Amino acid sequence: MSANTFNFEAVKSIYFFEMARMRRTLLQSVISPVITTSLYFIVFGTAIGSRIQEVGGVSYGSFITPGLIMLTLLTQCISNGSIGIYFPKFTGTIYELLSAPVAMTEVLLGYVGAAASKGLIIGLIILATASFFVDIDIAHPFMMALFLVLTAITFSLFGFIIGIWAKNFEQLNIVPMLVVPPLTFLGGSFYSIDMLPPFWQAVSHFNPVLYLVSGFRWSFYEIADVNPVVSLGMIGLFLVICLSILGWIFRTGYRLRS
Amino acid sequence: MSPIQMSPIQPNSGKPPVVSIRNLTKVYGNGFKALKGVDLDIREGEILALLGPNGAGKTTMISIVCGLVNPSGGQVTVGGHDVVRDFRATRSMIGLVPQELTTDQFETVINTVTFSRGLHGKGKNPALIEQILKDLSLWEKRDNMLRELSGGMKRRVLIAKALAHEPRILFLDEPTAGVDVTLRRDMWQVVEKLRATGVTIILTTHYIEEAEEIADRVGVINAGELLLIEDKTTLMKKLGAKQLRLELTHPLEAVPPGLESFDLKLVDDGNALVHDYASDETHGNGQGSRIAALMKALSAADVPIGDISTHQSSLEDIFVKLIGERA
Repeated sequence: MSANTFNFEAVKSIYFFEMARMRRTLLQSVISPVITTSLYFIVFGTAIGSRIQEVGGVSYGSFITPGLIMLTLLTQCISNGSIGIYFPKFTGTIYELLSAPVAMTEVLLGYVGAAASKGLIIGLIILATASFFVDIDIAHPFMMALFLVLTAITFSLFGFIIGIWAKNFEQLNIVPMLVVPPLTFLGGSFYSIDMLPPFWQAVSHFNPVLYLVSGFRWSFYEIADVNPVVSLGMIGLFLVICLSILGWIFRTGYRLRS
Repeated sequence: MSPIQMSPIQPNSGKPPVVSIRNLTKVYGNGFKALKGVDLDIREGEILALLGPNGAGKTTMISIVCGLVNPSGGQVTVGGHDVVRDFRATRSMIGLVPQELTTDQFETVINTVTFSRGLHGKGKNPALIEQILKDLSLWEKRDNMLRELSGGMKRRVLIAKALAHEPRILFLDEPTAGVDVTLRRDMWQVVEKLRATGVTIILTTHYIEEAEEIADRVGVINAGELLLIEDKTTLMKKLGAKQLRLELTHPLEAVPPGLESFDLKLVDDGNALVHDYASDETHGNGQGSRIAALMKALSAADVPIGDISTHQSSLEDIFVKLIGERA
């Protein structure tokens, strides 16, 4: 290997090593989110949803589908992205990554690529599951895929940052457990923010998840709380913020190299 | 005893050193100075043992060469490449077996070793991995998860991982800490085999007999400084002082006349006479007769000898003495 070649072999190794972890923990990483989401559909979509009138011209069950996919995608990408890099730190095997001829960008590509792939696979499984319970139309498949991929990458990056920052399992879980659910629930996954009083509508605009859910839902039913272009811009902004933080981490060796 | 000759940098033996460390310093975030300007050249193909007490800076030095720790000052080159600027080139050449038994508990032996090779940018080579696992008696355990293995087996896995990318330089950080005799023997066999293929091996240890047994050269580090580095045999000769001790049946007031030329000292309130000499004097031409001459002279002077003993410094004594002098 010459001095400055991109270490593709290493990226591949990390990626498949991580994907193998997913196969090994199939029950926890795939079956569990699918069951959870199915429960949401049964309770909100079928049981309660049947008594709720249409929202923006679509049935309530269909309306909540994009939000539910986003909820799972965010949680999965953050936890996969964080555990991937946190685990070697915790066990000490990180020595191998740090002493290998890999740049941190390659380490990042391997771990974030795997975390995002897992998130996407689960997102698609949930979409398929949802189609058993409710009618799904996808008006803009390309935009839907774009929202899905961008969100998966962005939040896997965010997870990677948490994984580097976390010093223990509590810190590792604090964001996916305590921060993501309220943001998702209050981000219009289960309702249109039109239904809220004006004050809470204004507050909702500070919630980044609102933009994800709204844009993603627009790609299905062309109904949105905010302009889809703004949604896309916000995801792009968050992506840039995550990349900048990671750039700083890799330059300084923060919590990686003393 | 002759004064210890400090020679931190060995004269160039013709070939450029495979690892060159110049004025290396490391100050950790909490202000602790782990390395205070270390200079060291490691020769291609040698086995170098770095001795030093816990916290001496051995692991920090290795960690900087391998890329785990950023240096605060100075320069390290491996195969002529700077370890910071050309990290890909230097790290491809190096294999590291860390001190701690850090393993991916839920992975199988073969997967974790194959992963190490990929991480170093090398394509798959199942035949090589098989050979490495066989050499380390791990082949039967290849499909076992690491958490099912004993401590000694995990140590073998770490060595296998370090060898998976065919390094030219192997760092073994305290390889035999908590390791049984069988593994130690297997490990030295692997080390010998590697040396035969031209791999340079650097090991840290605080078991002096280990350094005595296996190393070509020995370096002593204490409190962030390289106190000396020397060929093991030269070191043993140079520093391996011998002492002849004569216990007397009754105390003397002074060294008896006729014995002045023998450099005798009266110690323990006149109860014993001691004679210091270098260990190679006994084997040297004519020097051996010096002891014989001393014996004759002692007899002639009618010195009341009760008992005779000699004592030779081991590497351990040398080590303790060096550390003590600097403390």
